[in-house]
Amino acid sequence: MMKKLTFLNPSRENLNLFILAGIALFGLGILDTVLNSQFEINITSFLPRWLNYFTPLLFSFIGLHYIRIEFSGIKMLDQLNKNINSNWFNAILSLLVIFVLIKSIPGLLNWLFFDANFIGTTKEECTGDGACWLFIRFWITRFMYGLYPDAEIWRINAAFLMLIGTVITAFFVGPKIKKYIIIFLLFIFPFIAINLISGGNFGLVWVETGAWGGLSLTFIVSIFAMLFCFPVGMFLALGRRSSYPVVKYASIGFIEFWRGVPLITVLFMASVMFPMFLPDEVFMDKLVRVIIAITLFEAAYMAEVIRGGLQALPKGQYDASKSLGMGYWRMHLLIILPQALKITIPGLANTFIALFKDTPLILVVGLLELIGMIDMAKANPYWLGFAIEGYVFAGAVYWIFCFSMSRYSQNLERKYKTDR
Amino acid sequence: MNLKSTTSSISDFFYARPKLKYYLPQALTIFFIVFIFGYFSYNAQVNMDNRGIDFGLRFLGEESSFDIQFTPFVEYDGTKSYATAYLVGLINTIIVASIGIFFATILGVVIGISRLSPNYLIAKMSEIYIEIFRNVPLLLQLFFWYFAVLRTLPLPKDAVNFYDISFLSIKGLYVPRFIWTNGSLFIGSIIASIIIIFFLLRFFKKEQEQTGKQYPKFFISLTIITVLPFLTFLVGGVSLDFQYPELKQLSKTIYNFKGGIAIIPELMALALALSLYTATFIGENVRAGIQGISRGQKEAAASIGLTPGQTLKLVVMPQALRIIIPPTTNQYLNLTKNSSLAAAIAYPDLVLVFAGTALMQTGRAIEIISITMLSYLSLSITISIFMNWYNKKIAIKEK
Amino acid sequence: MSDKIIQVENVSKWFGDFQALKDVNLEVSLKEKIVVCGPSGSGKSTLIRCINRLEEHQKGKIVVDGIELSENTKNIEQIRAEVGMVFQQFNLFPHLSILDNCALAPIWVRKMPKKQAEELALRELEKVQISDQAKKFPGQLSGGQQQRAAIARALCMEPKIMLFDEPTSALDPEMIKEVLDAMVNLAKAGMTMIVVTHEMGFAKEVADSIIFMDEGMIVERAPTKEFFVNPKSERTKLFLSQIL
Repeated sequence: MMKKLTFLNPSRENLNLFILAGIALFGLGILDTVLNSQFEINITSFLPRWLNYFTPLLFSFIGLHYIRIEFSGIKMLDQLNKNINSNWFNAILSLLVIFVLIKSIPGLLNWLFFDANFIGTTKEECTGDGACWLFIRFWITRFMYGLYPDAEIWRINAAFLMLIGTVITAFFVGPKIKKYIIIFLLFIFPFIAINLISGGNFGLVWVETGAWGGLSLTFIVSIFAMLFCFPVGMFLALGRRSSYPVVKYASIGFIEFWRGVPLITVLFMASVMFPMFLPDEVFMDKLVRVIIAITLFEAAYMAEVIRGGLQALPKGQYDASKSLGMGYWRMHLLIILPQALKITIPGLANTFIALFKDTPLILVVGLLELIGMIDMAKANPYWLGFAIEGYVFAGAVYWIFCFSMSRYSQNLERKYKTDR
Repeated sequence: MNLKSTTSSISDFFYARPKLKYYLPQALTIFFIVFIFGYFSYNAQVNMDNRGIDFGLRFLGEESSFDIQFTPFVEYDGTKSYATAYLVGLINTIIVASIGIFFATILGVVIGISRLSPNYLIAKMSEIYIEIFRNVPLLLQLFFWYFAVLRTLPLPKDAVNFYDISFLSIKGLYVPRFIWTNGSLFIGSIIASIIIIFFLLRFFKKEQEQTGKQYPKFFISLTIITVLPFLTFLVGGVSLDFQYPELKQLSKTIYNFKGGIAIIPELMALALALSLYTATFIGENVRAGIQGISRGQKEAAASIGLTPGQTLKLVVMPQALRIIIPPTTNQYLNLTKNSSLAAAIAYPDLVLVFAGTALMQTGRAIEIISITMLSYLSLSITISIFMNWYNKKIAIKEK
Repeated sequence: MSDKIIQVENVSKWFGDFQALKDVNLEVSLKEKIVVCGPSGSGKSTLIRCINRLEEHQKGKIVVDGIELSENTKNIEQIRAEVGMVFQQFNLFPHLSILDNCALAPIWVRKMPKKQAEELALRELEKVQISDQAKKFPGQLSGGQQQRAAIARALCMEPKIMLFDEPTSALDPEMIKEVLDAMVNLAKAGMTMIVVTHEMGFAKEVADSIIFMDEGMIVERAPTKEFFVNPKSERTKLFLSQIL
C-alpha cells in the first residue's frame, strides 16, 4: 500500500529517479506535439481519437508532477518549479502555452523567413509559400516618400538629416547653446524645412503637398504637430489654472471640446469645413489645415499632461517664488515650468507616441502616408494580393518606432524617479 | 533704456489700478474670441451665399435616397429621412462600442491578472501581447483584420460550419435569429427576479447587522435568476424558436445565406481590433490597481482572521477598484471615439453614414459635422461629469 | 510552570538560499511578556511572522494553543483568530473608518451582529484612548493615533496572544510614548505579548524575559533584570553597549 503511494507522489528520497522519469515523460509529451504539428506523424494513433488528442498533455502533465519536488536542492530545478510548475494549475497553463507556441511559431517563421522570397524584382519570382518581400522591395521608395518625384528626394533627406543633426548636437552642448538650438528648432528650422521640401523658391522645383506621402509624410506631420502643440498646450494648461474666470473657462471649454471628439471628425472638419470659414480668396493647403487641426487636437491632451505636472509641484514652490517678489510670468518661466516639465517628461513622451500612432488617420482625407501608400500599392492590378506583406511591413515599422520611444520614455521616467 | 522705462511705467499703471488689471485681460480675451467667431461666421455666410446653400436643419427631414447595409433594430431604406439615417448610424456606433467594451473588459482583466501571475510563461506572454498590440496603430490593426484576415475567409459555399447552426464566411458570421413567443413574459420574469434579488439582499444585510448571521447570497441569487425565467418556459407558455441561416443559390455562381442574423465582416473586424487594442490599456490599469494595494493590507486582513475570499471582497477589491475604474472609464470613452475608424472600412457607423455619405449628398458640411461632433461631445461630457461625481463620492478621505 | 501557549521546536526557515531562522526553540507561557531584540536581519520579525503563518517554516514544529501550524488552512484560521498582530506600517484599511476597521473582523469572522461589534470596537478604542476618532478615516489621523487604532483593531478579535512587529519604528519620537503607554496598559491587563522592538525602556518596565537574536538564532534568553545586568554572551554585550 505504502509502496503504491510513493510511486505516485514524488519525494525527496528517490530524487533522481523521479527527475529522470519526469523529464522523460515531459519530453515525450513535447515530442508528440512536435511530431504531430510539424511532421504530421502520430505516434499514438492506435488510441481512440479523443484520447489521442490529449496524450501529449497527459504525458507532460504527469512528467511535471514528478519533477515538482520542493526544495530539491538542485538550483535549476527549483527555479523551474517555482516559475512554471508551482502547482497543477500552473503546470497546465504552462503546458498550454508551450504547446500553442510549438504549433504556431515554426509556421510563422517559415512564412516570414524560410519560405519567403527576398531576391528578385518581378512578381513571378515570388514562388514559395512564404511571404513575398519583393513586393516591399519594389515599392519601398513610394512607401518612404510617397509620390514625391524621384529626382527631388534628396531634399526630404536633407531636411531630416538637418533635424537629426540638430537634435544630436543638442545633447552634447551646454545649456546656453541649447537655448539657441531650441529657438532654431522652433522658429527657423520649420521655415527651412518647408522651403526645402515644398520648393518653389531658391531654384528648387515646386512639389505640391498632395505628392508628399509615405513614411516621410508621417514624420513631417508628427514632428510639426509635436513642435507646435507643445507651446499651445502649455498656454492652455496655464490658462486652465488661471485666476481669471474668463480665461479659465475659455481654456476648459477649448480643452474639453478637442478631447471629446474623435480625431476622424477633426480631420473631416479640417478638410471639408475649414475652407468654409475662410474667405474665398484665401487658400490654405490641405496639409496645412490637417497639421493645424492635429496640433490643436493634441494640444488639448498635452495641456492635461502639463496641468498634471503643474499640480504635482509642491505648493511651497509657488509660495517661495511669490514671497521673493516674483510676478506671475517670471515665477512660471524661471521656477515652475522648468520643474513641472521635468515631471511630465514621461507624459509628454506618451503624447508624442499617441500622436505618431494617430497620424495614419490622415489617409481618410486623402493624404497618403505609409499605410495609405501601401493601400495604393496593394490595389495595383499587377501586384494584387499582397495585403498581408504590406501590413506586416507597416506594422513592423510602426512597432519598432513606438516600442523604442516607449522604452526610452520608461528609461527617462526611471531616471527621473531616482533623481528626485 | 527707453523700452525698459516704458514697460515699467505701463506695469506701474496697472499695479495702481488692480481692478483694471483684473478686468482688462478678460475683456480682451472675450473680445478676441468673439472676433474670431465673428470672422469665421461672416466668411461662412458669404461662402454659402455664393454657392446658393442656406444654413439650416430642415434637410434632416428630406429623403436620404441611399441605403445602409447594416440596420438592426430600425426599419430603414432610401425613402427614410436623413434624421433616420443619423439614428441608424448612431445605433450602429453604440452596437460596435458595446461589443468592443464588453470584450475589451474581459480580455483586459485576464491580461492584467496574467501579467501579475507568478507563472513566468503566463506573465511573459501577456507582457508580449501588451507590447505588440499597444505599439501598432489601431488603424493598421483594423486594416490587418479586415483586409488581410477576414478576406481570407471562404466563400459561403465552403463556409466554416458550426454544427449547422452558425456559419462563418467571407460575407460574415451568420447566427440563428431568435423568434420569441410570449417573449415579454420571459423579460418580465428576468426583471422580477432582479427585483426579488435586490430586496432579498437588503433583507440579508439587515439580518446580518441584527443577528450576525450570514446567508449564502451568491448561490441564492444565482438560483433565483436561473429558476424563475426557466419556469416561464415550463408553465408560462414561453417558447423560443430559431430561424437558422440556410445556404441559398442566388444565381449560377453566387451563393449566400438567408435567414438568421448576419454579422457583417466590417463589424467583426472593427469589434476585434477595438477589443484587442483597448484590452492592452485596460490590462495595464487592472495591473496597476492590483499592484497598488500594499502587501501589508492583505497581511493585516489575514492577521485579524479574514479568509482570502473575505479579504478580496472587503479589503482588496474596494481599494483596487478605486484605482482601476477612472482610467478604465477613460478607455471606454476612447474606444467609443475610436469606433469612428469605421469610416475607413465602410462600417456604417455615425461618422460614415452621416458625416460621410449624407455630407457628400447634401453638401451641408457645417451642419452635419457640427451635429456629429456634438453627438460625441455630449457623450464625452456626460461620462466626464459622471466620473467626477463618482470620484468625489468614493474618494479615500485624507487630512 | 503554567501551560505553554506557544511552542516553537527546532524551527528553520529559508528565503531561497538564505536561512533566516536556524533551529530556533522557544516556549511562551500564558500571560508571559517577551521582548525580542537584535540587529536587523537577525530573524526577529521572521520568527513572529511564522507564529501566525504570515511566513511558512520549512523545518520544525510550531504549536499555538494546542493547535499545530501546518498547511491545514482550518488550523491556520483558528490560530489567527487567537493571535493578534500589530505591524510597523499600521496597515489600517484606508477606505474604512476607524470604527469600521475595528468592527470588520468581528462581523465577518465571528459573525457578530453589527451593533454588538460596534460596541465592542468602541470599548477597545476607549482602552487606547481614541474613541473620539472612531468616525474618522485613517488618512485623517496622526501616526500615533493610527497605531493605537491598529492595536484596538487587533484586540477586537479578543485574542489570547498579541504579536508586535516593531510597532514604534515608523513613528515620530513624540508619538512613541502614546503607543508604548497603550502597550503597557495591555500588558498590565494580563495579555500574552511578544514584542519585537528596540525600546529598551519599555522592555525594562513590562517584559518578563528578553530574547536576543542574531543571524537567525536565539543567542540569549533571560529574565529581564538578569539580561540587562548580567548578559552572558559576548554578542549580547556588544549589542547592549550599542543601544543603551
